[in-house]
Amino acid sequence: MSGFPWQSAFEVREQVAAGSVSAVEVTRAYLARAEALNPTLSCFLTIDHEGALAAAAQVDHKRAAGEALGPLAGVPIAVKDNLCTRGVRTTCASKILGEYIPPYDAHVVEALRASGAVLLGKTNLDEFAMGSSNENSAFANVHNPWALDRAPGGSSGGSAAATAAGLAPLALGSDTGGSVRQPAAFCGITAIKPTYGRVSRYGLVAFASSLDQVGPMARSVREASQLLEVVAGHDRRDATSAERGTGAYLAACDRGVNGLRVGVVRDLIDGLQDADVRASVEAALGALEQEGAVLVDVALPHAKHAVSVYYLIATAEASSNLARFDGIRYGLRVPGKDLTETYTNTRAEGFGPEVRRRIMLGTYALSAGYYDAFYLKAQRVRTLIRRDYDMAFERCDVVCTPTTPTPAFALGEKTSDPLEMYLADIFTLPPSLAGLPAISTPSGLSAGGLPVGLQLVAPPFEEEVLCSVSQAVEDQCGLLSKRPAALP
Amino acid sequence: MADPKITLEQVLHVAKLARLTLSDQEARQMQEQLDAILGYMEGLDDLDVSEVPPTFHSIPMDAPLRPDVPERCSDRAETLAQAPASEAGGYAVPLVLEVDS
Repeated sequence: MSGFPWQSAFEVREQVAAGSVSAVEVTRAYLARAEALNPTLSCFLTIDHEGALAAAAQVDHKRAAGEALGPLAGVPIAVKDNLCTRGVRTTCASKILGEYIPPYDAHVVEALRASGAVLLGKTNLDEFAMGSSNENSAFANVHNPWALDRAPGGSSGGSAAATAAGLAPLALGSDTGGSVRQPAAFCGITAIKPTYGRVSRYGLVAFASSLDQVGPMARSVREASQLLEVVAGHDRRDATSAERGTGAYLAACDRGVNGLRVGVVRDLIDGLQDADVRASVEAALGALEQEGAVLVDVALPHAKHAVSVYYLIATAEASSNLARFDGIRYGLRVPGKDLTETYTNTRAEGFGPEVRRRIMLGTYALSAGYYDAFYLKAQRVRTLIRRDYDMAFERCDVVCTPTTPTPAFALGEKTSDPLEMYLADIFTLPPSLAGLPAISTPSGLSAGGLPVGLQLVAPPFEEEVLCSVSQAVEDQCGLLSKRPAALP
Repeated sequence: MADPKITLEQVLHVAKLARLTLSDQEARQMQEQLDAILGYMEGLDDLDVSEVPPTFHSIPMDAPLRPDVPERCSDRAETLAQAPASEAGGYAVPLVLEVDS
């Protein structure tokens, strides 16, 4: 097998299809690498040897029988542990679901299986996807492969770190307020948050239902685009699934940027405190201009309110969604003297501090006397944020900002101050609140050798233009030739 | 010092609504943290949005109905295997009604 472990998903599929290596051999190699590096990185909560080898054997069997192979045949993939996998533990990195084994597959997991992908295991996350550093996992902290003392980002930190470390060519995460984009930026990979409704949420454990989307993650834009093609499309089991098919995302990567208008949010970029991030964004914009894109200034005057709006809406929805964890139908039960005490004992023992904090904030925002002042007000300001984008898209095809205000911060740096942690989400929250598709792709390294991510946002269901523009960024400023420095 | 945005009493009331228990120390820390977060959120008061409609769904869509056709649902044994307790093909739950026999 040539190129292991850094070969692309396309190369793996090609080698498997040509018979130069078997899918079982590929899978064994990645499983061994995951076993070797997981004690250092804690990317995986579960490594599914048996399931992975069985899926790989099935691909080899199909090939031997001369059957058509799917677009991801034999390609190993890591799946975030808030996506249900039938027969494989799905914990959401929470003690309350510590031993939960779903009786069904998420829609995206079905799509992966149908494409011939090999699910290696389930990746670590912030508990119930609530967090920006992966430090809210009930089980272990993920370490950033570029610098082990740094956070991998969150909440899809395990998926991002696994992809960056060559534990799998591809991964799936989920994104509510930046949970695939921010860890992708911190770990030097690409991730797409699709338009709300583009990918089915069936089998994604709900955090904030009006914001959650499943997102593809990969080291290259082309691989992320291919993975989006596989998982996107209508599914009637999710009532908010858009009645559209998938798109030609991979082909869009080769379209170039000539004549495309890139909206530059000048005041946000000029206001960046971190000189490396500012320089990296400017360099990427310069490269896009060189390739024929037209830079236009746009404004998002209400983006500064996104942290307040998001942490009211998302927590309100979370407080409602997480009411189902009561120790009755599945998951942990800690019995009390009566039903109410069984509920409270179970939830007190099952939920970690950040999840409790968000349930409290959301319950407060929805409670009698505060609904209008907090929740409803947040939904009104959300309209203003959406309108900012409507105005911007009259002048441009994509809106560009950095993904994060700084490169990866240190583990432990922000854990004592939740508000400080929330404020670092400022760039990824506005497109989430507006339901818009967004991508984060590396735009270079900081002086300290940490990846910097560029975020591009497009109008609803215009993911293709994100693929075109980020491919140009990758070609000019990407990190594909670089390897994470901290890996043994 | 300005009045807190949320008092300890309110924190304990909300915890009760959310079916969470907090130790004294947890409740005090929760009060401080929520107070800081709600204080930051006061920035929204700079905006007059009384005439702005709320956005509950960012992408407009209809709520579709599925065809009314019977289909297989999850396997009972597989589903009940995840229950904290089950009995006679059903969920075993804590007693909610006292019945004199």
